[in-house]
Amino acid sequence: MARETYENRISEILGSILRLGKVVSEALKQSVEQLSRRDLEGAALLIERDEEINRMRFQIEEDCLTLIATQQPVATDLRKIASVLEIATELERIGDYAKGIARLNIFIGQKPLLKPLVDIPRMCERARGMLEKAVEAFVREDAAAARAIPEQDQLIDELYKVVQRDLIFFILKDPGSIDPAMALLWVAHNLERSGDRVENICERVIFTVTGEQVDLG
Amino acid sequence: MEETTGACRLRTIGYKLWYGDFCALHETTLDIPSNRITAIIGPSGCGKSTFIRTFNRMNELIPGVRVAGEVLLDGQDIFRLDVVELRRLVGMVFQKPNPFPKTIFDNVAYGPRAHGLRDRNRLAEIVEKSLRSAALWDEVKDDLSKSGLALSGGQQQRLCIARTLAVEPEVILMDEPASALDPIATLKIEELLQTLKKDYTIVIVTHNMQQAARVSDFTAFFMTDENRSGHLIEYGPTSRVFTNPREKTTEDYISGRFS
Amino acid sequence: MNAPGSGRSNLGSRRLMQRIAFSLVWAAGSLSVLILLIVVGYIVAKGLSSITWQFITTPPRGGISGEGGISTTIVATLYLVVLTVGIATPLGVGAGIYLVEYAEAMARKSRIIRAVVSTARFGVETLAGVPSIIFGLFGYALFVSSMHLGFSLLAAGLAGACLILPVVIRTTEEALKAVPVSYRNGSLALGATRWQTTQKVVLPAAIPGIMTGIVLSVGRIVSETAIFYVTLGGSYRMPTSLLSGGRTMALHVYYLAMETRAFDKAMGTAAILVISIIIINAVINLFSRKLSARIGA
Repeated sequence: MARETYENRISEILGSILRLGKVVSEALKQSVEQLSRRDLEGAALLIERDEEINRMRFQIEEDCLTLIATQQPVATDLRKIASVLEIATELERIGDYAKGIARLNIFIGQKPLLKPLVDIPRMCERARGMLEKAVEAFVREDAAAARAIPEQDQLIDELYKVVQRDLIFFILKDPGSIDPAMALLWVAHNLERSGDRVENICERVIFTVTGEQVDLG
Repeated sequence: MEETTGACRLRTIGYKLWYGDFCALHETTLDIPSNRITAIIGPSGCGKSTFIRTFNRMNELIPGVRVAGEVLLDGQDIFRLDVVELRRLVGMVFQKPNPFPKTIFDNVAYGPRAHGLRDRNRLAEIVEKSLRSAALWDEVKDDLSKSGLALSGGQQQRLCIARTLAVEPEVILMDEPASALDPIATLKIEELLQTLKKDYTIVIVTHNMQQAARVSDFTAFFMTDENRSGHLIEYGPTSRVFTNPREKTTEDYISGRFS
Repeated sequence: MNAPGSGRSNLGSRRLMQRIAFSLVWAAGSLSVLILLIVVGYIVAKGLSSITWQFITTPPRGGISGEGGISTTIVATLYLVVLTVGIATPLGVGAGIYLVEYAEAMARKSRIIRAVVSTARFGVETLAGVPSIIFGLFGYALFVSSMHLGFSLLAAGLAGACLILPVVIRTTEEALKAVPVSYRNGSLALGATRWQTTQKVVLPAAIPGIMTGIVLSVGRIVSETAIFYVTLGGSYRMPTSLLSGGRTMALHVYYLAMETRAFDKAMGTAAILVISIIIINAVINLFSRKLSARIGA
């Protein structure tokens, strides 16, 4: 007996998580690109589209609760469902960070950026790479991959420090630049936080596979 | 076992059981902690009922049964104890409610009377106390002279629990006590177990894994091998066994992937 | 099986079969009851004319015309019933309890006991089918002659007890086996001994079944002739001790029918016999219900 009904349901849910991961990663990418090219209309659209991410997350949550109520998963099954619930939340938060970047974009408005973006797009790329790998590791139940991912977060942290230093330099030089500089600092902060969220996802992957509660941060 | 906390009431050491030449239960070493509920789970024929019947030596009523190894109750070898005394200390509730065709009062008073108590006032006290402990008193206090068979299935099972409590055992064995009951009666029994464990050590065999997960503190999982002999596969705190079992077989069984 | 639709097509014939079968068993049932009623009715109707208070209360006076009543035969029958049941019940019930409650557990441990038990079972089965006259001959040889009891209530009672013993043992066994194992397990698990379990739980539950066996036996004693012909003699005097001979009602019917011209009196006695068997059954049934309730308490 393989519990086909259960297996089908859970693979549907895993498919939803993969999709949510893609959508969130795309939103992150869009938000930073829009910032680079000062695309305010796109930013407004992205803020609206965050609703879709929220909906996807609620749908996943509902599916999980239904599965728990009707199929009474235990052991690995139960850990997986619990992790799905948490990962969906983490992804939704990363979606909120993308939305936050779009808001900062609108806040900066028509003014030009203090400097062309170099490190922020790199941070964004890193964060997205980690995110997609983490979600894949979850679906594949690959604890080793999940353990390797947080290393990449260090680079994001370093880039964050570089961005901080650069922006503080601008502020010291011209106190009038404090608002746009702070906005960019927040953008970098959101990206750095996204990396931390991905680490949480990696922790859930390890928990699902081994039952071990680890702190990778 | 490393996880059992507190005093251990029952202990088997290398316990084995045969029906004739057939080894029904392989070497089993297990500590059952006092004032806890220990659930025995596993597929049909895995030896879980046989295992639980060890503790009050009910297996001896079956022809051709042979045992090896040690079984200790509070450190004493149960095979050296007088069987009548052992069964007073280790009570049992069966799968199907089996009240005697007697009045409710006489059902509960049966054990104490068998052990020589004649004083009517003392008996009345014991009957009331036992029925209260079994959460049945309020439902039957006005017709104690009604036949035990006139009660509903769930009430009958609580009557059987009261009957067991009346001889003041230390351990209560329960062989699928709720499998013949409806969900509400089952829930009542499960709630009752939680209050009883304050005073008794409870070992329960159940087919219903959710029930084991709900009621027990420790879970032992038994499984048959290719010769249909029973083996103890895993034993530990219920919370761990049901969230993170150590053995693949346990995982497969409790998550319903057992073939 | 047929598709759901096709069941309808033969519904008519299935109904018909059902009706035919039902009519047949109904007819068989009512015919049996009718035959019984005719037999009993015929006897009672024929006999009723000769039944008077005087007929019941005066002793027979013998002779070719069958003078007198039947008082001494009623008394002899009662004595004999009490005696046989009194001897056979403790023995038979005890043996039944041993065979069901103890022997099996013991037989597991010892091959000799196993052999004894299976021989005993076989013996009981066989004896239950032996014609009563064989018991009579045995009783005559052992009790009447060898033990010098003569034609007496005691000899007849012992022989009668032998006759009904297999019935009592078998019905006791059946009754005990019909008591659910769960009762025994429940009692043993409470720390009751095997004897306490038997006495307090198993026997009370088995009493109605055991009583059925005793009722059957009483009926047998009341209606037997051959066995008592050779152990009780045929004296129609009032029995005064265990060593007195006597004549039961059934024997009296036999004597009247075969050796006198008083066929009406034979019928009268037969009617009383039938009526008393009905009464005995009713009384013992009532008694067993009471007893079972009392022991069970």
